[in-house]
Amino acid sequence: MAAVEPIIRTRDLNVYYGPTMVINGVTMDMEPNRITAIIGPSGSGKSTLLRCFNRMNDLIPTFRLTGEVLFDGQNLYASGVDPTEIRYQIGMVFQRPNPFPKSIFDNVAFGPRVNGFKGDLPGLVEQSIRRAALWDEVKDRLKESALSLSGGQQQRLCIARALAVEPRVILMDEPCSALDPISTLAIEELMRELSRQYSIVIVTHNMQQAARVSDFTAFLTPQGDKTSELIEYGETRQIFTTPKDERTEAYITGRFG
Amino acid sequence: MAQPDISLERAAAPAPSRFRLPGPGQWKKYLPERIIKAVLFLCSIVSIFTTIGIVSVLIFEAALFFQEVSIFEFLTGTKWTPLFASKHFGILPLVTGTLLTSIGAMFVALPLGLLSAIYLSEYAPDRVRRALKPILEVLAGIPTVVYGYFALLFVTPILRNIADQIPFIEISVFNGLSASIVMGIMILPMVSSLSEDAMRSVPRSLREGAYALGSTKLEVSTRVVIPAALSGIVAAFILSMSRAIGETMIVTVAAGQNPNFTFNPFVPIETMTAYIVQVSMGDTPTGTLEFKTIFAVGLSLFVITLGMNLLSQFVVRRFREVYE
Ligand SMILES: Nc1ncnc2c1ncn2[C@@H]1O[C@H](COP(=O)(O)OP(=O)(O)OP(=O)(O)O)[C@@H](O)[C@H]1O
Ligand SMILES: [Mg+2]
Repeated sequence: MAAVEPIIRTRDLNVYYGPTMVINGVTMDMEPNRITAIIGPSGSGKSTLLRCFNRMNDLIPTFRLTGEVLFDGQNLYASGVDPTEIRYQIGMVFQRPNPFPKSIFDNVAFGPRVNGFKGDLPGLVEQSIRRAALWDEVKDRLKESALSLSGGQQQRLCIARALAVEPRVILMDEPCSALDPISTLAIEELMRELSRQYSIVIVTHNMQQAARVSDFTAFLTPQGDKTSELIEYGETRQIFTTPKDERTEAYITGRFG
Repeated sequence: MAQPDISLERAAAPAPSRFRLPGPGQWKKYLPERIIKAVLFLCSIVSIFTTIGIVSVLIFEAALFFQEVSIFEFLTGTKWTPLFASKHFGILPLVTGTLLTSIGAMFVALPLGLLSAIYLSEYAPDRVRRALKPILEVLAGIPTVVYGYFALLFVTPILRNIADQIPFIEISVFNGLSASIVMGIMILPMVSSLSEDAMRSVPRSLREGAYALGSTKLEVSTRVVIPAALSGIVAAFILSMSRAIGETMIVTVAAGQNPNFTFNPFVPIETMTAYIVQVSMGDTPTGTLEFKTIFAVGLSLFVITLGMNLLSQFVVRRFREVYE
């Protein structure tokens, strides 16, 4: 792939939940300031893989991992690495919007506050909401509950919340699957915009979405029993037009109908 | 890209259902259902009628009492001596006794209960939680008279020994402090278990959202989980407080039978419940004014605990939909 230094790379990543191996031997490099999509059938470990990148799986007691995840060349799973430090740098947006039951302002200010941010908090909040293309809709109601927003607005608020800690990578796990087509388009546009400054990894079920927004695509699928492997990874255009592996082709054409 | 196939044929008339509404001859089929429904209805009626019965006896007897004693004197008087030659019917000493012990109990139960709820809901591994919860529930199952003697025979001597070391502080054999501490231990499981329920019902997605922003476990607990569960936690506090107000045996055994108008925790006092026990167990003839006092006190107690329970329901309903 390209000569730039990858922002996240995995090396022989194996993931287990208890005794079950769910991901086998994933090795991939993700370029900075690009959108990388992870696609694959349901249960193929897309979310699991994504959550390895900010150590969210640490919250699951049975989770175990071998191999390496390198962020800027540093192994995230090396001993002595503090997962909370990682999560300042690698933000996450979830499948269902999950704003806190607090005001719009406090939602966005949450990360900077726990992060010990000293500086112009209102300015940072405004900047983050602007970047998430939500400012005009909420600028007069920052004190209102975040739950008074529509689903699409809530999801953009969650993006603003993630941006406020000034991460370098944003992980998105099916960020549009709970949204209507118009909100989905708004978020896709936003992702394109954000990819100038941030590196984005997105899990999606929606082939059109992967084709529309991503620069690179990774295809995961279970081999035999439950264990998934990375079947193919490359530039999105190539994956969707001339897939090298017939399983990729079958999956993509099956999905396009 | 394929467009979703929106065909109009779907809107065609539905196939006739295989299920039919019961005809006139089929009611027998539904008889067992009806009997069960009737029995369940009767059961709920029984408890409703019991409540109505108790409340009307309270009101009726208290009304007789208030024909002889003015409500004003009853609610504002600071002397409670119905059993003495010079009779005074001011309930305030019993109210302060009750408030002193139950607020004292909350000082013990709130911090410990909340901390243990945070531990159980946020920190404890599953195995530890499964072991600890039943132990806490055993605490709730101990008869309150046992707690009462535990206060009198175990906690009070310790407190008196400590007080001996401190000048100017003296603790009587019967005192509010010991009863408060032990009552706090008694309601601890209730505070902790109800608060834990409230905290555990905070959706996982909120916790994940906070972790994803780099929060530590402590920050997730204090800044997301507790605020989101606040209505449930407040309700747990209020319910526990009303339990403490109504608690009888511990205060009767350990706090004394001296209606003192005071908030001093070191001297003997009397609570509303302890007074009712004192009169019911004593040789006060029924029908006398002295005897009727217990209905007036009982009614006051009922109004207070009812008020607290309504308050807790209000709090829960008012703040319930904070998440979702
Ligand atoms: N906490 C867990 N404990 C045990 N097994 C799990 C856990 N979470 C996920 N799994 C299993 O790991 C596999 C991968 O799950 P994952 O959620 O990563 O799939 P996914 O590709 O994101 O699926 P979907 O597209 O439906 O979201 C599945 O077989 C799932 O059953
Ligand atoms: Mg998933």
